[in-house]
Amino acid sequence: MNSVALLSAAKDGILTGAVYALMATGLTLIFGVMDIINLAQGILVILGAYLSYALQVHWGIDLFVGLLITIPLMFIVGVVIERAFIGRLKGPEKTAMSILVTYAVSLLIEGALNMVFSVNDVQLHGWYVAKSFAIGQVHFGYIYVAGFILAAVLLSSLYIMLYRTRFGVSVRASLADQTSAALVGIDVRRVSTITFGIGVAITAAGGMVYGATNSFNASSSYDLISRLLTIIVLGGMGSLGGAMLAGVGMVFIGDMVGVLWSPVWSSMSYFVVLVIVLLVRPQGLFGKLSARVA
Amino acid sequence: MLSKKNLWWVLAAAVFALFPLVVTNPLYTTIGVFTVIYMACATSWNMFSGYSGYIALGSAVFYGSGAYTMALLSIHLHMAAGSSQFWLVPVGGLVAMAFAAPIGWIALRVRRHTFVVITIAVFFIFQLAAINFGFTGGTSGLNLPFITWGFQNYNTPFYYVGLILVVFATLLSMAVRRSRFGLQLLAIRDDEDRALGLGVKVSAVKITGFTMSAFTVGMAGALYALFVGQIYPQFVFDPMFDVSIALMTFLGGLGTLTGPLLGALILEASQQYLTVTFSNGSLYLILFGALFLIVIIFMPQGIVVYLRDRVTKRVERERAAVAANDIASPDVALGGAR
Amino acid sequence: MTTLLSASGVSRAFGGLQALSLCNLDVEKGSITGLIGPNGSGKTTLFNVITGYVKPDAGTVTFNGQNITNARPDAVFSLGVGRTFQLTRIFSRISVLENMLIATQHDESWLRGLLRSKSSKTEVDNAMELLDFVGIAKLADLQAGALSYGQRKLLELAYVLVADPDVILLDEPAGGVNLTLINGIAEKIRTLNKAGKTFLIVEHNMEFVMSLCDSVTVMHQGSNLVTGTPAEVRANPLVLDAYLGGGDDGEDDLREAVASA
Repeated sequence: MNSVALLSAAKDGILTGAVYALMATGLTLIFGVMDIINLAQGILVILGAYLSYALQVHWGIDLFVGLLITIPLMFIVGVVIERAFIGRLKGPEKTAMSILVTYAVSLLIEGALNMVFSVNDVQLHGWYVAKSFAIGQVHFGYIYVAGFILAAVLLSSLYIMLYRTRFGVSVRASLADQTSAALVGIDVRRVSTITFGIGVAITAAGGMVYGATNSFNASSSYDLISRLLTIIVLGGMGSLGGAMLAGVGMVFIGDMVGVLWSPVWSSMSYFVVLVIVLLVRPQGLFGKLSARVA
Repeated sequence: MLSKKNLWWVLAAAVFALFPLVVTNPLYTTIGVFTVIYMACATSWNMFSGYSGYIALGSAVFYGSGAYTMALLSIHLHMAAGSSQFWLVPVGGLVAMAFAAPIGWIALRVRRHTFVVITIAVFFIFQLAAINFGFTGGTSGLNLPFITWGFQNYNTPFYYVGLILVVFATLLSMAVRRSRFGLQLLAIRDDEDRALGLGVKVSAVKITGFTMSAFTVGMAGALYALFVGQIYPQFVFDPMFDVSIALMTFLGGLGTLTGPLLGALILEASQQYLTVTFSNGSLYLILFGALFLIVIIFMPQGIVVYLRDRVTKRVERERAAVAANDIASPDVALGGAR
Repeated sequence: MTTLLSASGVSRAFGGLQALSLCNLDVEKGSITGLIGPNGSGKTTLFNVITGYVKPDAGTVTFNGQNITNARPDAVFSLGVGRTFQLTRIFSRISVLENMLIATQHDESWLRGLLRSKSSKTEVDNAMELLDFVGIAKLADLQAGALSYGQRKLLELAYVLVADPDVILLDEPAGGVNLTLINGIAEKIRTLNKAGKTFLIVEHNMEFVMSLCDSVTVMHQGSNLVTGTPAEVRANPLVLDAYLGGGDDGEDDLREAVASA
């Protein structure tokens, strides 16, 4: 194969992968802080995309401007879900039950989206969606570049929040150990709610970029969530850096397989990579083995 | 002399055995067939996930492997359509086990939270493979030889074979619960590292349990394929299946014997009924999702445990009343303290 | 006397923290050996290394002359090294009696576990006898999660005894339990010791250690500082320095106990 294809795959890996990394970061953050696996993350991304779609179709609001509305809106959606359902879970099967609860939530949202928007595929539009520029022989779609910048900005803000603010300290303390965090006076309950809100708010941006680069309907969420889960397991559950690296790596590998072999197998390559990595490193790339020894 | 508990079992078995003789409307017997299939699957799922606490959300892998085994062997062995095909049902189970062993070996190397996610990922591998491989017929699926026995009683043989699977799964689950092996699974659920430190070979136990539970699910998938006559990857490798059997078990009572049976009976029967009644798929999703949430939020332990606790509480209240009269009721003293 | 269990030159780091560095420990057959030291001196990590929960970076662990350095916890247990945990770890959602049965199958193949019932008559009798020995036989049918903290400690001791180990490692057996129970536990340990069991005990309760143990090893910053009889250890000025100089813990009782000795 030629180097142009390789470069293209690398470009896609970085540009699209960053968006996946953004969506997966929400998921891994929620898991790390709360021990909750949010299966609704996929449908929430689609909900975010539909919100952008609705703003665009009904009020002609530009996709990026619309984020100023959809991100806070999705934050509220996240907080409501956490307060209404997830916060009620406790006991030893909490994580398992969280999977079922978030799956139920995702069915509800899927049903509602199907009713409101029908099951026909839609795609988001903007003057920049179909345009591209070229460096050498490698083409860069505007929307992909913009999506990358958006993801980079949001991820950096997230990092600044986590590492430079008081709230961030609480979140990181809860990531490390909930019980100890509670013991030093951190309101873990509040941290959890806000973390869930943030994890979901991120999907508004991820969903917008996803919707502008793919045609979608509510059932696209299954494909999305399976990729996102694969990314966070590969990166190591609860590891933010791992999610980023795995997001980029997965899209890169998927594209390479698509170019070198056949596009049919590109999505399957994700999972094969996952299995191979787990054989070598069961805890994922950056995960910690958590055997209780004390 | 039958104990009260055994009487209930016998009564329930009789009702199930007589069902297709009493109810002959194919619409309802179809619901009956699906219900017994799910009862067998949920019981089998519970035998590993309920006992060990390792929640698997990829059982459709085994269901689908069983279904494709049935379809492919029926087609390629040029089997005559009819009851001889039922012999392929256990073969479907064995193929499912053959997949389960290596999957378990990989997925059970990690702790339970990650395990859940890996089972989901493995599930998608299988779904994508079924869609993309040639021999599976891709998205257009496979058609089995057409069974020609009468329309009116078409469902009955499937129902009874399904019922046999339910009985098999229940007996197996019961035997496991009573065996040393079952105790080890429970120990793993409560504290895996400690169990290891007491000499339990946790890896071997987990993989064995996981593989065993695939057997009945594979058989159920094979029966399903034979019953519906044509299979598509998106229906036999269905994420809804994965979550449904988990939900059924949670609804009835995770880790209990009757829980999955009861949960599957309630959920699958009502689900089938709702599907028939509400042709609107979206409304159905919303209803199902809402029911799902209500169950988990308000009865997180499941019906069986909920009821058992209520009975126990009543008994305890009565006992407390008795004990109040008996001041000398001995306190259970701390052991070492004399 | 012969050495039953021995760790030599054991080191282990967690990230930047050197939990154990070139630590040596010998446990004589038939002894009750105490292991003391300030918090963070590596006592529990040493336990974890011996019982296979943590792999050492360097050093060897031998038991009965056999090298068990990198053996897994189940293998170590099967050889005859039992242990309890600092925070008791029982199986909370099964009955007390079932807890007792878990440790009985360490020497049998996992496949056989499939084909046999949960327990034989002899196993149940043996389990009940041990429950009776620690004094909680009445609670056998109770779900273990319902036990009090002290009862859990007793159960943990009892289910380790089921497998009839040669040496038993106890991690703070007297921690967090009342005085009567502490004396009860000491009594059980003496009885078992007379019957031939070897003990290695980590404990902060100085009185408990000093009255019970034949030999005491003091750990400091991941290695063994002093070993001797209780009297020798008390008299050693290094020990006092280790506790006072550590400065990272406010264990006044410890300081007093050592100083007043």
